[in-house]
Amino acid sequence: MANVPEAYRYFTLDQLKGALKKMYLIRRFEEEAEDSYQRGLTYGTMHLSIGQEASAVGICMPLSNADYITSTHRGHGHCIAKGAEPGKMFAEFFGKETGYCRGRGGSMHIADVTTGNLGANGIVGGGIPIAVGAALSIKHQKKNAVAVCFFGDGANNEGSFHESLNMASIWKLPVVFVCENNQYGMSTSIERSTSVKNIADRAVSYSMPGITVDGNSFSDVASASVEAVARAKSGEGPTLIECLTYRTRGHSRSDRNRYRTKEEIDAWAARDPIPRFEGELLNFGILNETMIAEVREAAEREIQSALEFAKSSPDPDPLQVANFVYSS
Amino acid sequence: MTDSAIREISFSQAIYEAMALAMEADERVILMGEDIGVYGGAFQVTGDLVHRFGPERVIDTPISELGGAGVAVGAALTGMRPIFEFQFSDFATLAMEQIVNQAAKMRYMLGGEVSVPVIMRLPCGSGSGAAAQHSQSLEAWFAHVPGLKVIEPTTPYDAKGMLLAALEQNDPVLIFEHKLLYKMKGHVPEGHYTVPIGPSETRRQGKDVTIVATAIMVARALEAAVILEGENIDVEVIDLRTLRPMDTESIIASVKRTSRLLCVYEGVKTLGIGAEISAAIVESDAFGFLDAPVIRLGGQECPIPYSPGLERASVPQVDDIVRCARDLVRRKI
Repeated sequence: MANVPEAYRYFTLDQLKGALKKMYLIRRFEEEAEDSYQRGLTYGTMHLSIGQEASAVGICMPLSNADYITSTHRGHGHCIAKGAEPGKMFAEFFGKETGYCRGRGGSMHIADVTTGNLGANGIVGGGIPIAVGAALSIKHQKKNAVAVCFFGDGANNEGSFHESLNMASIWKLPVVFVCENNQYGMSTSIERSTSVKNIADRAVSYSMPGITVDGNSFSDVASASVEAVARAKSGEGPTLIECLTYRTRGHSRSDRNRYRTKEEIDAWAARDPIPRFEGELLNFGILNETMIAEVREAAEREIQSALEFAKSSPDPDPLQVANFVYSS
Repeated sequence: MTDSAIREISFSQAIYEAMALAMEADERVILMGEDIGVYGGAFQVTGDLVHRFGPERVIDTPISELGGAGVAVGAALTGMRPIFEFQFSDFATLAMEQIVNQAAKMRYMLGGEVSVPVIMRLPCGSGSGAAAQHSQSLEAWFAHVPGLKVIEPTTPYDAKGMLLAALEQNDPVLIFEHKLLYKMKGHVPEGHYTVPIGPSETRRQGKDVTIVATAIMVARALEAAVILEGENIDVEVIDLRTLRPMDTESIIASVKRTSRLLCVYEGVKTLGIGAEISAAIVESDAFGFLDAPVIRLGGQECPIPYSPGLERASVPQVDDIVRCARDLVRRKI
């Protein structure tokens, strides 16, 4: 099995099954979220990451609850990959008191501190310095942990990105910067927005390794993450990983899809990370069809009971609107 | 009294002392900011702390206000107690995103699951010839944002006690420090004590007019009060100290006694602190006690100019306070 990618040898069978389940959970969570929205059952907006699941799950493979992540407005995948419960996520999406943020945050602010998830963020680049701050805490508290910072290609032109990479580098902090390059910041392509060909090239300016990986390949992403996490934990400092990927859905509910072609969307859909992961698991003899079906069904059961939990949950009490502003 | 009991130190020494005490007592307390290490801070407030606690806890940041503030927010979110120094409060405009969108809202957005115990120190105000981009009083902007606590101590005693109080609670606290106060001396006990965030302090009791002042205007109002005393005008001076949450109760009680209100603050007059205090009075039962219209004496509707005469003319001075209080009492408005 000389051709088996490193990730399949590095992780246990249970870990790989868990990764597949998380990819199914993310996909099905977002399909149900989209469906609920289209049927008028939910409110506000949402940003779907359908097509980007391998990046979220692959990056989180070497992480434990002691490790932090910060996420983005397109963060459902990161939450589930880091261990969030779909029921509390749906409840938040539906604005329920049982949601992760008691209905105060919605889709763009789901966090789960028990799993080290410091939260999605509605501001492009907002979470980047926060992740560096979490890494500063890790260093001071002498913990064996890392802070992983997810952001999109759009954030690579924010000042916070550049300031944060610089500080993480000069202080050699345990951070892994993960740019999910899905080719567009809303409607503006990276060719039109970004001065470098690869966003990973930005790493040179901040004296850290920068690597570009196929973000739709679970094994490529997971291997890059394992290496970057090890480097961070050993005190060698941050890494910038660029995951090349694509969101097959629009930016948000307002997207009329005027900036990309059907051919382009179809070409990326053909590289869907989930069938690719399934194919590799089969080809390398790690899982058989029956086992894959079992994982898929387990994910489906979890999604259905999560939806049920969320739909039957109570709304927040309007009299409590000003609670949780202050600790004291 | 022992020497210690009457010990007088400066406002900046009082802040230094609070930070040193906190750092001795609690490993989680770290300082971050531009040139706060060997340089000692732009206003020499952090002084030699880097030598006492090391560069790991007294962290010189690059000139990256947005990123630096964000790192402090992230560290606070994950168990540290950062005190972040802006070199000038004007530079907080570069970090508004992290202060307003992140620090202030995180606890609420996440349903109360987290807290962000970050302290930010912001040297503010005019009077040092630093002109338009280094002299502003922007504290009202920040006091508009739920989730932040905004304090503005005016004495060395309060500067130390309120900073130590800020360290004992779990919300983001912005401390506006008027630059002209740094050298002011006053009684400061040694050791740990706190002054609560929230309550105002009546610096002088009087029966004819209530002056509510902030920052350097408290000292100017007290000076004006002495002049007015010679004219048989008895002035009450309230030092607001905390802008959010604002102690409107004490102001209402005072105005019910004096029936006249003058608000004195250095920030631009329009849509400023004075408007909020005035509104608190007219929305309360103190409204019926007023014998004269309320006066807001704030900064001029212009940036802070450089030339000394212009700079003085751009913000309230003692003479202006005397004139306004006199007009109120003699019903010239």
